[in-house]
Amino acid sequence: MEAFYEWFQVLYDQTGINLTIFYDSFDRKRFISGFLTTIWLSLLCLFFSVIIGLAGAWLQGSKLKWTRRIVQGYIQLFRNTPPLVQMYFFFFGVSVLLPQVQNEYGFNGPMFSNFFWATVSLSFFAGAFNVEIFRSGIEAVAESTKEAAEALGFSRLQTYLYVVLPLAFRVCLPALNNNLVNLVKTTTLAYAIAVPELLYVSNQIWSDSVNVPEMMIVLFVCYMFLVGMLVWVMNSWERSLKLPGFGG
Amino acid sequence: MKTVITQSTDLPVLLKARTRIARPGDGPDARFFNARTLLWLLLGLSILLGVAEAQNGKESVITVLLKWTPLLFKGFMFNILISFMSMLVGTLTGAALGLMQISLLPPVRAGSWAVTQFFRNSPWLVLLFFAMFMLPFEFRIGDIRIPFPDWIKAVIGLSLPVMANVSEIVRGAIRSIPDGQWEASESLAFTRRQQLWSIILPQCYKRMLPPWMNLYAILTMATVLASIVGVSEVMTLAGQVSAAEGGRTDLLAPLYAYLLLWFFLYCYPISKLTQKLERRFAVKI
Repeated sequence: MEAFYEWFQVLYDQTGINLTIFYDSFDRKRFISGFLTTIWLSLLCLFFSVIIGLAGAWLQGSKLKWTRRIVQGYIQLFRNTPPLVQMYFFFFGVSVLLPQVQNEYGFNGPMFSNFFWATVSLSFFAGAFNVEIFRSGIEAVAESTKEAAEALGFSRLQTYLYVVLPLAFRVCLPALNNNLVNLVKTTTLAYAIAVPELLYVSNQIWSDSVNVPEMMIVLFVCYMFLVGMLVWVMNSWERSLKLPGFGG
Repeated sequence: MKTVITQSTDLPVLLKARTRIARPGDGPDARFFNARTLLWLLLGLSILLGVAEAQNGKESVITVLLKWTPLLFKGFMFNILISFMSMLVGTLTGAALGLMQISLLPPVRAGSWAVTQFFRNSPWLVLLFFAMFMLPFEFRIGDIRIPFPDWIKAVIGLSLPVMANVSEIVRGAIRSIPDGQWEASESLAFTRRQQLWSIILPQCYKRMLPPWMNLYAILTMATVLASIVGVSEVMTLAGQVSAAEGGRTDLLAPLYAYLLLWFFLYCYPISKLTQKLERRFAVKI
């Protein structure tokens, strides 16, 4: 492994291509931790946005008029406003309204970290799209199927969880796939509130070693890899869930 | 319509795609969110804020917001300008790239496909950084110096993903035209260029319009990213307003909510119109 790292030092000396993230152990550590932060942030947001989507889609089928209206208002608000402003709203606006707590150094600090607020705002942002996506899937389930479930004594929640959702999920996977890719790309916004994710650490590295072009290419490759992995996983999942006779 | 389908199949587990598509794309109670409701909500919100603020002696949040509205509005207009210019650049280059994607020459097709995928799958913010750092701050042609200010670079940076998305919209629309159209026009002795410009593309414009408008709304929402790379637009101004007011912490949430509202008022009608057009142009099967 050391020889591999050394090779990049040689590459720099001979060609001027300065990839500090390989031969400089400090930059390497920074970069890997940034990469892992991006993955962790993406996974958390993926999870919570899907949960928000499922819950929202269920609430949209509610009998109460105002529940449906509030969910609809949430969707429209979060879909039609910039995610960055949402993030600032949460991180700067909401955060200061919450009580302060004593942190480990004995100072008063905000209750939640910037990472927490990035997760919250991105989950709500992607969740708003997910609600619509799941709703379109739920609409694909025939009324008679739900009636059959009702006749077998399922409650509304049980029908949703055990009958409607497994069927609807297959229909909305392609759209969900799209939205989740978008979400992974949107995690870069956490840069704005100083979450040490991939873009943030890359910015630090190119500020220190003045190797902007190299780091740009590395960044592109990393995001291509992340998006590619996600698309590959989702596509194979889609294929394994496919129902014969229902192509689209 | 739905009942006919359910009766004609043995096991109607899922509705066929055509019945789903024929349905209006709006959620339940979508009609509830019209201009009147919005006005009521705004009124209620401002009264609530006013009451909350009247209790302490400081200048109320509403007066502060109103005081800075002209400045913020100027910044917002700058955002709109950036979005217009990026959309213009992105649409022109994207249309060319999209047409290259259906070229008959394999290298052109593969190359434009790769460019499209590259810019489509990269985060917008990374592309913006890319444009900011990679473009020179001025161009020199002989003795003439053409300055390249930050906001022009931001326009270019934002037009890169727009270009890739427009390219996909164009390619998708052309692909969605049935092959019969190509074959019929070929049998009428149209050249390939004539086929494309007089037969295929005129049928595509309608299909391209809704996704193009959707893309414009996304772009408008992305213009705030320019504040991260140092262009002084509405988000930067909002930060300065907060600083000018002495960093009042209770001001931050209403200030950013105010910005959210502006973007909402600009983007929501666009998305409504997009849905309407989508429904009107929906292909009848």
